[in-house]
Amino acid sequence: MFNVERWQEIFETIRKNKLRTFLTGVSVASGIFILVILLAIGQGMQNGVAKEFEDDAANRISVWTGVTSESFKGLNPGRRIQMDNSDYEMAERKNGDELEFKSGVYSVWGGLTTYGKENGSYRIEGVRGDYQFLENASLTQGRFINTSDLQNFEKVAVIGNRVYQDLFKQKKAIGEYIEITGVKFKVVGVYTDPGGEREETRIFIPLTTSQRVYNAGSDLRSLVFTLKPQSNFNKALKASEAFSAQLENDLKTRHSISPTDERAVNINNSLENAKRFYDLMDMIRWFFWGVGICTIIAGVVGVSNIMLIIVKERTKEIGVRKAIGAQPLSIIGMILHESIFVTAIAGFFGLIFSLFLLEIVGPLIETDYIRNPSVDFGVAITTVVILVVAGALAGFFPARRAAKIKPIVALRDE
Amino acid sequence: MIEIKDLHKSYKMGANSLHVLKGINFTVAEGEMVSIMGSSGSGKSTLLNILGMLDEADEGSYTLDGKPIKNLNEKIAAKYRNQFLGFVFQSFNLINYKSALDNVSMPLYYQGVKRNIRTEKALHYLEKVGLADWATHLPNELSGGQKQRVAIARALASNPKVLLADEPTGALDTKTSYEVMELIQGINDEGKTILCVTHEDDIAHMCKRIVNLKDGVIIDDSEVTQVRAATAYKKAMQHV
Repeated sequence: MFNVERWQEIFETIRKNKLRTFLTGVSVASGIFILVILLAIGQGMQNGVAKEFEDDAANRISVWTGVTSESFKGLNPGRRIQMDNSDYEMAERKNGDELEFKSGVYSVWGGLTTYGKENGSYRIEGVRGDYQFLENASLTQGRFINTSDLQNFEKVAVIGNRVYQDLFKQKKAIGEYIEITGVKFKVVGVYTDPGGEREETRIFIPLTTSQRVYNAGSDLRSLVFTLKPQSNFNKALKASEAFSAQLENDLKTRHSISPTDERAVNINNSLENAKRFYDLMDMIRWFFWGVGICTIIAGVVGVSNIMLIIVKERTKEIGVRKAIGAQPLSIIGMILHESIFVTAIAGFFGLIFSLFLLEIVGPLIETDYIRNPSVDFGVAITTVVILVVAGALAGFFPARRAAKIKPIVALRDE
Repeated sequence: MIEIKDLHKSYKMGANSLHVLKGINFTVAEGEMVSIMGSSGSGKSTLLNILGMLDEADEGSYTLDGKPIKNLNEKIAAKYRNQFLGFVFQSFNLINYKSALDNVSMPLYYQGVKRNIRTEKALHYLEKVGLADWATHLPNELSGGQKQRVAIARALASNPKVLLADEPTGALDTKTSYEVMELIQGINDEGKTILCVTHEDDIAHMCKRIVNLKDGVIIDDSEVTQVRAATAYKKAMQHV
């Protein structure tokens, strides 16, 4: 590898065949270029999807009810199912150990809210203290709903960042009173949510207060839970699937719903959704790898072809070398060395060019599903390994052919 | 030095095979200078290729410096060629993108000699053939005679036991032919065994022994009085 003469020979042959070497290099470089770009897009898509899942807790399980679609135990279909506090308490009692965060929710759409001259229509959600974590919300000012608010039916509100900007225009909000559907609430906190504006145009009030204010008795619109963390994704997924199934079953029993009714109880399991997305991402990623590798194979075949021509052209020289005592191994080494050198240099050009392009264009891409396309160090290393392997592969067959040349045949070759 | 017994060789030419060597027996002692003569198709080049381990005999035994040459794998054949034999070809077969010096040092490179020692030795042999001043020149900057002298220097570089020359003067005019033969005679004078294939009578008579091949058998093997190339050269010049 560090043999000056062999390097000289390689440069010599390359210099003699500039165009040919260049064309070979281009095929390998474009192969690597395409591979890296595809991988970066794959990464970008993954980043984008990961971002989509940031707005709520990643392992959130939410339950809401609808209208029955099947008759059961003499009850007609089309019955509206309404959950209430007892459903929540049942779930809490049965699964207390497994649950990490939990909250029943009673929400109202389009609650007209005014502060001074400003007003807006927001979604009002009556929640428990845990809901902050279920929503993945973080407080920028003040505090969230707490247990004493719930016990005392306090009329306090935690408003989204967007609501804060709409109503308060950067003024002090904590301690101010806003009017929500005609009832005064004291603002105790402002939150921000990674889900963006859509998630920030909401106002949280204590669940008990909302049930009382909107005359809902003990009704609940939905139940939201997260399970305690598990050591790995698959375990967590299994636990959450089991929990979802159990909960659905319990609710159906309590409300006399047919076990096969798919409309009455709806459960949205974030982990399951995430898994579906990540499976899709994995598939896309494999596909990209496949396409990229195929492109590189095309390049390798090109290099191999060129090397075969080189061997053919140098048949006589190889014969002479063998006549004066060159070992077959040294001939193989010579050809392999050259092909690895050509593929490696060309490949590095492709790699650097693609990284350069990603660096410049990457940040300009602004779509929901591709975010910050990039390749990490591991992938870069992998491509380098692929390059060397590809070069060796491209050189192997021509080299074997060169080594097989009999000196006598070589010398006759004119 | 060289001992050949009942050597046979045939080539497959499509359906029928061509029997080129039909039982060759001969020995060459150390320090001899033998020319192998014969018209084209007599099998002389085939014989030389077998002697040079560039080709293998079908039948018979070949012993070189006490070592049986039979069923050698590529690796050992390469090693033997490198240690025992020096080749001089009709068409020189220099590597045309390497300087004269690099060409000469190539056998040493394959012997694993270190670079500076290699260069030193190669330069020594170039000096011996009178081309030290041309060391850095590429083959295409040299005349035919000079190229053949570089080739001879290359053949000598690994200090082989036997020098095999296949029509060494075939591509040269008379004047340069005699110069090259003078050089080869000088090498023989120093004790090196030389085998020289030729179909030119005057060149053959510059050796000490002539083996005549015809249709794959030796028809004549006799010692001759060596004509010194220098004298032949002078004679030739007088006629001009």
